[in-house]
Amino acid sequence: MKSRKLMVLMSFLLVLSVFLAACGGKKDDAAPADKGEDKGTTGEANEAQVLNLIETAEIPSVDSSIAEDAVGFNVLNNIMEGLYRLDQDSLPVPAMAEGEPEISEDGLTYTFKIRDAQWSNGTPVTAHDFVFAWQRAVNPDTASPYGPYLMAGMVKNAAEIGEGKAELADLGIKAEDDKTLVVELVRPVPYFLSLMSFGTFYPLNEEFVTEQGDKYASNSDTMIYNGPFQLTEWDGTGNSWKYVKNENYWDADTVKLDEINVNVVKEGSTGVNLYEKGQIDRVILSAEYAMQYADNPEIVNEIETALFYFKMNQERNGKATPLANENVRKAIARAFNKEELADAILANGSIAANFLVPKDFTFDPSGKDFRDYSDEFALYNVEEAQEYWAKALEELGTDKVTIEILGGDTENAKKQQEWFKSELERNLEGLTINLKEVPFNVRLELDNSSDYDIQSAGWGADFQDPISFIELFITGSPQNGMGYSNPEYDKLVEETKTTLANDPEARFEAFAKAEKILLEDDQAIVPTYQRGRMVLMKPYVKGIVTHPFGADYSYKWMYIEGKE
Amino acid sequence: MAKYIIKRVAYMFISLFLIASFTFVLMKLLPGSPLASAEKLSVEQREVIYEKYGLNDPIPVQYVRYMGNLAKGDFGVSFQFKKADVTTLIVSKLKYSMILGAQALVFGTIVGIVLGMIAALKQNTIWDYGSTVIAILGVSIPSFVFAVMLQYVFAVHWEFFDVGLWNSWKSSVLPSIALAMGPIAIAARFIRTEMIEVLSSDYIMLAKAKGASWLEIAFKHAFRNALIPLITVLGPVAAGLLTGSLVVEQIFAIPGIGEQFVKSINSNDFAVIMGTTMFFSVFLIVIILIVDILYGIIDPRIRLSGGGK
Repeated sequence: MKSRKLMVLMSFLLVLSVFLAACGGKKDDAAPADKGEDKGTTGEANEAQVLNLIETAEIPSVDSSIAEDAVGFNVLNNIMEGLYRLDQDSLPVPAMAEGEPEISEDGLTYTFKIRDAQWSNGTPVTAHDFVFAWQRAVNPDTASPYGPYLMAGMVKNAAEIGEGKAELADLGIKAEDDKTLVVELVRPVPYFLSLMSFGTFYPLNEEFVTEQGDKYASNSDTMIYNGPFQLTEWDGTGNSWKYVKNENYWDADTVKLDEINVNVVKEGSTGVNLYEKGQIDRVILSAEYAMQYADNPEIVNEIETALFYFKMNQERNGKATPLANENVRKAIARAFNKEELADAILANGSIAANFLVPKDFTFDPSGKDFRDYSDEFALYNVEEAQEYWAKALEELGTDKVTIEILGGDTENAKKQQEWFKSELERNLEGLTINLKEVPFNVRLELDNSSDYDIQSAGWGADFQDPISFIELFITGSPQNGMGYSNPEYDKLVEETKTTLANDPEARFEAFAKAEKILLEDDQAIVPTYQRGRMVLMKPYVKGIVTHPFGADYSYKWMYIEGKE
Repeated sequence: MAKYIIKRVAYMFISLFLIASFTFVLMKLLPGSPLASAEKLSVEQREVIYEKYGLNDPIPVQYVRYMGNLAKGDFGVSFQFKKADVTTLIVSKLKYSMILGAQALVFGTIVGIVLGMIAALKQNTIWDYGSTVIAILGVSIPSFVFAVMLQYVFAVHWEFFDVGLWNSWKSSVLPSIALAMGPIAIAARFIRTEMIEVLSSDYIMLAKAKGASWLEIAFKHAFRNALIPLITVLGPVAAGLLTGSLVVEQIFAIPGIGEQFVKSINSNDFAVIMGTTMFFSVFLIVIILIVDILYGIIDPRIRLSGGGK
C-alpha cells in the first residue's frame, strides 16, 4: 500500500520533470540578445556595426495604417520611408519623393515625382503604392485610428469617405503614372511636407499587402520594407526583434549599421544593470537613477515634444467651480516653483514650462525656433500669487476654498501631485487641495465628462506645427473640456489656417498672440513642464538622431566607433 | 471512481461557464477604451472603430456572441497586438512562464521537503530553528524582493548568471530560485508539522522498538505519510507558479504571461483579459481535479464517500 503512494508521487514528479525537459529543449531557439557581440571578427576589417537597444514596450503593430503608439511609429520610421523623411536636424527632406514637389499657387495641390527605389523584395516603389496606402488608411473597414484623424479636413474627401458620402477612389490622391503622384488638399497645410514623414502616410505595396490579407505585418516575415532597415525575428507579440540593413534601400550607402538587436525591458533597474554589464548600449533612466547618474559622463539629455499642464475646469456638472474666477487661476499659476518641480521632483531631464508650444519643436523657414517668437508667461512669484489670491477670496466672499486635483496613479504622477498639494496649500492660505489619483483610462473618462476641478494632463505632438498644441483649447475642441472659450483666441487660430496659411512668419506671430491670451490674459491653463529623458549611452555609439514628433529616433545615420 | 471523475468534470464546465460570464460582466464595467490613441480621436472616429470590432452592440448581444465563440475555442483578436489572435499570444508568452514555474516548483518542493525533514528529525535544535527561520522568511518576504537581491548578488556583483533577458538556461536560474522561495517555505512547514505528528505515533514507536535504523524510520515510515497533505497544498501553488509571476518576470525582463495579463487589464484589451482568465481558470481547475483524484487514490476514505453517493 505504501509503495503505491510512493509510486503515485514519483510519477507525479516524473511527469513534471518530463514536462520540464520538453520545455527546456526549446530554449535554445530563443534569440540570444548578445549574439551580435562576438560577430565582429568576420566580414570587414573595421568594427562590428552592431547596436544593442532596449524598448520599454512591445510592438503593438507595425502596419502603418493601424499603428497608433510610440514604439510602432519608431519602428516604422526605421524600416519604411515616406515621401519625406526628417533629417539629422529634424527638418523634412525628400525621401521617396525625388526633389521638392510642385506646389500650386493656392497651396492646395502637390505634385511629387517618385524616385527610383525598391521594396526589399525587389519590386519598385511607385506612386500607386501611396494611393493604395492612403485609401486603406481612411477606409472605415480598416478601422485605422490615425488615418482619419490626420487626413480628415486636410486631404480632399477624406472626411466625406469617413461619413460614407464619398468613394475611396475620390480621395485627393492620384497616381498620374508610376512616377507621378498628385495630392489635393482642402486647405493649405504649412506643415504638410514634414507630415509626409509620419508613419500613416507611408506607401504600401498593394499586391503584397492584398496577398497577405489579415496576416500583413503580423510578423516580420509578412512584410516588405522600403526603409533603411528590415525588421527580422519578430513574431508579432514577442519581446525581441532585430533590424538588419536593407540592401535594397535607395540610400543604403549612408546606412552603416548592419544589425540592431532590440529587447523589451520594462523594469528600470534591469535596464541599468544590463547597461552596466555592457549587454545594451543605451538606456533611458527613471528619476531615481537619473539622480544617481547625474554626473556620469555617459549621460545624454534629450528633450521631448511632450508638454504637461493643469487644465482648469470652470464649469463642473453645470455649476461654476472656484476656477471660474480668473484671480484664482492666476494665483495658482504663480504659486509653485516649476524649476524645483523639474530639477528636484522629476529630475529626469525635464524643464520648467512657462509656455504651451514646446521648445526645439517647430521652426520657421529660416530655422528660428517658435519659442523665439513668443514669450514666457505667468512666472513663479509667490507675492503676486498671494495678491491674486487675496483678491479672489474677496470676490468669492469666503476665506476657504477647496479644489480637487485629478491626476494619474503612477508613482511618478503621485509624487508630483503630492508636491503640488503641499506647495499650493503652503503658499495660498485657505486653500485645501484634494488629490484624486486614478488610472489613465479613468482620467480620460472624467476628462470627457468634464468631471474635475484641476486636471494634471499632457499632450504630445503628431505633426510639426504650433497648432497641434494651440488648437487644443479652441471653443468646442474635444481636448478643451474645461468650459474655456475666447472668440479672439478662436479667431487667431482660424486665421492661421486661412488668411495667414501661406505666410509662415505671420502665422507664428498669430500663434504667439494666441499663446499670450491663453497663458496670460485668460490664464486658462497652467503649463508645468516639458518632458525630457536622461539617457545613458555608450561613448562608442554615434549618430543617433532624435525627432520632435512621429518617431522618436532615426537609426539611419548611426554607427559604432571606438568600441575596443 | 469513473462516476466521481465524470461528476467533477461536469462541475468543471459549470465553473468555467460562471467564471467566463462573471469576467465578462466585470470587464464591461471597466472604464475606458481599448484604443491606445482614444484621447486623440473624435467621437465619430472612435465609433467607426468600435463598430468594426462589434463594441457598439448591446452588451447581451456581445455576451452571446462571445460565449458562442468561446465554445468554439475562438478567443478573438487582441487590441494591443492588432494582428495577433489571443490563443497564439497566450501560448507564445506562456512558454517562458511555464519553464520558470515548473523549475521553481520542482526545486522549491525538494528543498522544502529536505528542510522540513531536517527540522522534524532534529526538533528543537539549531537545525530546526534554522529551517524554521528560512521558512518564515520564504513566506513573509515577497518573491520580487528575492529577485532583486539575487539579481544584484549573482548577476551584477558576481557575474555567475544573466542580469535579465532570455538567452539560455542560465537566464532561468535566478528567476526560478526567486519564485521557489514560496514553495520552499510551504513545503518545509507542512513536512515538519506532519513529520512531527507522525514521528510521535505508535507505529514509529514500534519501528524503533523492533530496531529499525534512523534512516529507515525517517524515510520508509515517517516521510511517506507526511507527504499526503503536501500534495493538496501544492496543487494551487503549482497553478500559481506555472501561470507566471508579474513582478519576477518584469525584473528579469522575461517575456512571460504574468506581465501580459496585467497589461491587458490596464489597456482594456478585452479579448486578452478573457483569454488569459479562462486559461488560468482551466489550469487551476484541472490541477485541483488531478490533486483530488490523486488524493482519492491515496486515501481510500475520500474515494468511498465521493463515489458512494
